[in-house]
Amino acid sequence: MSERKNIMGRIRAALRSASSRPSSHGPVDYALPANKTSAGAVQQWLPLCGGSFEEQVEYFRTQSAELKTDFQLLSSPGEAQAALAKIADAEKWKRVATHNGALTDAAVGWLGLPALNTTGGYDVNELESCDAGITECDALIVQTGSIILTSRDSGGRALSVLPPHHVVLARREQFVRDLSAGFECVRNKYGPDYPSMISVVTGPSRTGDIERILVLGAHGPKKLTIICW
Amino acid sequence: MITPAKKFNTDARRVATDVRHRGLIQTALRKYEAARDAKKSAFQDWQSARQVAAETKWEAINHLDQYLEALVAKLEARGTKVHWAGTAAQAREIIIGIIRQKNARFIIKSKAMTAEEIRLNAAMEKAGYEVVESDLGEFIVQLRREPPYHIVFPAMHLTRDEIGELFQRELGSAPTREPEELTMIARRVLRKKYLTADIGITGANFAIAETGMVSITENEGNARLTAALPRTMITLFGIEKVLPKLSDLALFLPMLATAGAGQTITCYNTLYGGPRQLDECDGPQEWHVILLDNHRTELLADAEQRDALHCIRCGACLNVCPIFRNVGGHTYGTAYSGPIGSVITPHLRRLQDWKHLSAASSLCGACTETCPVKIDLHHHLLQNRRNAAVQKPARWERLAYRVFAFAVNRPWLYRFSQRLGRIFQPLQGLVKGSPVDPARAWTRSRDLPPLAAKSFKDWWRQRS
Repeated sequence: MSERKNIMGRIRAALRSASSRPSSHGPVDYALPANKTSAGAVQQWLPLCGGSFEEQVEYFRTQSAELKTDFQLLSSPGEAQAALAKIADAEKWKRVATHNGALTDAAVGWLGLPALNTTGGYDVNELESCDAGITECDALIVQTGSIILTSRDSGGRALSVLPPHHVVLARREQFVRDLSAGFECVRNKYGPDYPSMISVVTGPSRTGDIERILVLGAHGPKKLTIICW
Repeated sequence: MITPAKKFNTDARRVATDVRHRGLIQTALRKYEAARDAKKSAFQDWQSARQVAAETKWEAINHLDQYLEALVAKLEARGTKVHWAGTAAQAREIIIGIIRQKNARFIIKSKAMTAEEIRLNAAMEKAGYEVVESDLGEFIVQLRREPPYHIVFPAMHLTRDEIGELFQRELGSAPTREPEELTMIARRVLRKKYLTADIGITGANFAIAETGMVSITENEGNARLTAALPRTMITLFGIEKVLPKLSDLALFLPMLATAGAGQTITCYNTLYGGPRQLDECDGPQEWHVILLDNHRTELLADAEQRDALHCIRCGACLNVCPIFRNVGGHTYGTAYSGPIGSVITPHLRRLQDWKHLSAASSLCGACTETCPVKIDLHHHLLQNRRNAAVQKPARWERLAYRVFAFAVNRPWLYRFSQRLGRIFQPLQGLVKGSPVDPARAWTRSRDLPPLAAKSFKDWWRQRS
């Protein structure tokens, strides 16, 4: 407690001298466009990502391809079931991990495979041995090609990173334009009682630490599939 | 004792002439530059984005007391234990105290430059605990028992062959030079470690005052695992990491990724708002957040250079710096290298011991131009030089300038010295660069332009 007082004291003493604002010095005195403080204003500087739903989905598709995310936009639960079965067959899944949820519960029914449910607790070694982690998400972010998931509604902190393949099940209504809108979604959903982890996930786990050569699956999943209908 | 300045000079001379090192760094940075430029050009207005980022950081840093109070109140309300560390030693003590109290043996760590700054790993090992770095690059340099080369790309100075040999020697893995296979070897080794670690230590990229959350940026998923599996989580970061609002991240996350690695956004950007909550199925039972000062308040008190605390550690200034590219990251001998390291190290450590870093600059301003939060880096280097000279004047330099001023203020003396120069320069050419050359410091690696046979004044007088 005393160290807190010391540090706060030093901060307050230090701030007695004023420093100039960033716009008043620097190599280029750059005049900022108006309305910079209004909500969502950052949108005017960040990359453009389409206006209509179709354009945004197309943008998300392009981002996904670049990120090596397998993004499948389907038109019915039946197609989603077929898509999931195809992956399970190809990768010879024996056991999957998932959590309680409308979409995930349906998926477990479709697959007919043994499933570890993390809701309510699980053994970490068991989770580690599952072939895939199937989760829901809170939003799909068009601008960055990301999904937002939380510890509360995506089966905890580890389900989406420990198994080698992360499959996200999502609905078309879940697309939002950018990160601001994504955070707004989370805020509206949980209010002040937010989950202890909120993660913006963009593509499968990756590294470039060896000669800047891209390798997928450094620690987290080697594959990320988004099945959306 | 060998001073940091002497060591810098020796190492810089060695690395700058190392062709292999040069090739590696150029290849890595060319890839970075191409990716960064592509991502930057996707922004509708990168310059405005920089300006807003700078103003947001200015707001946070210049009201740091208020934002820290808000952050801490929110964190504590959700069951997080917040510790304040005035110095590096205090931070180490707090962390080792937690480890001891938890009876932990094995610690897994994700990347944190602040931990490098306070030399945390060495302290934990000395106290008898095993600690493993989980970020692939950090894992590699830890196996080599050396510090990270770059704040974002820790193993940038190594080839795949060297890493293959290292893994073979240290991990007993099969010989390979394929990055894919090497990564999978590390993945397997570290997976086992994750499942047995008692404590996870992370750094942080941003702390959100409004909601009491800590944001961690990473590509590999190792920080996600560090924050998910061990029973106790410790997060260490500097007090300057605070941002006012959650929505600020909508700008900062894409900017950090673009400037730092040429990505639209980093793979995992995760907000932590507490330890495991009642209705959650996993996560640490305890979360300790350590707020580190370690001379940051001294930098804060320097209104002229306060904006150096805006730094988001993207590493962009290192990547464009001609000095960094020539002398490499290890030559700096500091946790933070490159222009930002040269600016802040004299504040974090001692000005007189580290002032040489501010002299190792071409003052080209590439760092200032690339900085996503508009830190006035190259001017701060000049200010460090000035502050160092005011604090401890360099007598010889002062005398030399006085002699120079004396000569150039007297035309006859100036003309006389020119004539002397014309006589002695050809003689100097005979010993150029050798130990008896009086101008050796300059001529060892450079040429002196020959003095003109006739001065402009003489020519003007004789032209008709």
